[in-house]
Amino acid sequence: MKNRVVVTGLGICAPNGIGLQAFSNSLVNGSSGITWQEELSKLNFSCQVAGKPKIENTNLNYYFTNVQLKGLRSSGLVFGVVAGMDAFRDAGMVPSGSTPDWETGIIFGTGILGVDKFRESIYKVDEGAVRRLGSTAVAQTMASGISAYLGGMLGAGNQVTTNSSACTTGTEAILMGYERIASGKAECMLVGSCSDSGPYVWGGFDAMRILPRNYNERPEKASQPMSATASGFVPGSGAGALVLESFERARKRGASIYCEIIGGAVNSGGQRKKGSMTAANNVGVQRCITTALEDAAITAAQVDAVNGHLTATTKDPVEIENWAQALDSFGKQFPYINSFKGHFGHCLAASGSMECVGVVLQFHHNQLFGTLNCETIHPEILRYVHPSKVLQKTIPFVPRVIAKASFGFGDVNACVIFKAYS
Amino acid sequence: MEKENLELYQKLREIVGQYLPEDISVNDIKVNSNFTQELNINSANLVDIVLDVEDAFDIMLENEDMDGMQTVEDALTIIAQKIDQNPS
Repeated sequence: MKNRVVVTGLGICAPNGIGLQAFSNSLVNGSSGITWQEELSKLNFSCQVAGKPKIENTNLNYYFTNVQLKGLRSSGLVFGVVAGMDAFRDAGMVPSGSTPDWETGIIFGTGILGVDKFRESIYKVDEGAVRRLGSTAVAQTMASGISAYLGGMLGAGNQVTTNSSACTTGTEAILMGYERIASGKAECMLVGSCSDSGPYVWGGFDAMRILPRNYNERPEKASQPMSATASGFVPGSGAGALVLESFERARKRGASIYCEIIGGAVNSGGQRKKGSMTAANNVGVQRCITTALEDAAITAAQVDAVNGHLTATTKDPVEIENWAQALDSFGKQFPYINSFKGHFGHCLAASGSMECVGVVLQFHHNQLFGTLNCETIHPEILRYVHPSKVLQKTIPFVPRVIAKASFGFGDVNACVIFKAYS
Repeated sequence: MEKENLELYQKLREIVGQYLPEDISVNDIKVNSNFTQELNINSANLVDIVLDVEDAFDIMLENEDMDGMQTVEDALTIIAQKIDQNPS
């Protein structure tokens, strides 16, 4: 018997808005968080647009002590702490006192952490000045730095860890936290993921020629999920966080509940068939979706809406075909589908958790948010899905079940099933 | 305290003050305060204090110097020695 798991807190640090209010407004109204980056231009990047949270307007003293702020150069860590602490406060919880909260844990993923801090350290080491690195060179650059910082701030006494699975990281973290509560090993899990900003994170993708090159003068138009003119994903950064709790505990403390998580699945296509380091094995993707439905004990027909991975490359139609095959739903039978990457780009390891925050907000607002820059739906997509199902504009809608999936390098997949709380 | 030493003490207090936990104020820093036992400074941050001291006084502290820096007074003695050794 699995324990019921509910979502009771949300936090977001995104290019299109820091905090739930700004983020919601952007998703509802379709305003873009993608901007031209002077730094990328100076460094001869082909793609000079990106999604970067405007963190300079945030008072970091609300999140960090003065000691922690000294020499803080890890952008992902800053985004993650802002989103994580906001989610915790949104859930109406307070950090533990002198005794750790043994029932609360953290699973907060990242791809690579503290790149700018690591660069600073590398220069010092190469100059022979290792003794001048300072005391936080390790904490800011270890992958688990984000869960470690949050763990100390909250006094979390259950499992505190960081997962990493490329662009599925955030969605995977949610499922790992869900399973821990469902199996009775924790009562509350702060889950999410973060990703650093900057040329050292995004450069490798520019080198692969998979980013859009022709939108440096029109940044807000660069990311076009499901569009006929999609020409690559816009690199992004940020963090998303959710507080998951056992239904029992949430009920006992009178927490307000956003929605329920009823199941999900993670798997890998094994880099077999069409799968590789950078491409998905379609069999694996479809299996991940069908396994998630089985785990949630629902039928495909019960899925009202899908939030895809849909990065705005030319591969979006392939993902749509995978959804259609896995759900065995075509044309007008296909659920509503959207992608938030038009608003804030592809935030890599942070994408899954940030997009899940958006998905949960759809339950909260009784709306399904439109996909930005999808004026002309890719013709290949229309072979599987009726155009009325591709959400180009925000619509009023009371969702019961929303499926969200993320796919990542290494041919890894994650799919989580959210259900309205009743 | 001599004027020279008083200046040094004030400068050191400013540096140390940046690493105090939230519940301890700069006014709690006395000449005989122990950094970790009384001022509750995280031992990892002693490393950062040493780097800031090096920058502020244009000196270099050896690992052994750091080991001997238990109290504010210890630090003052070592810094004064290093400044004397430094002809500039």
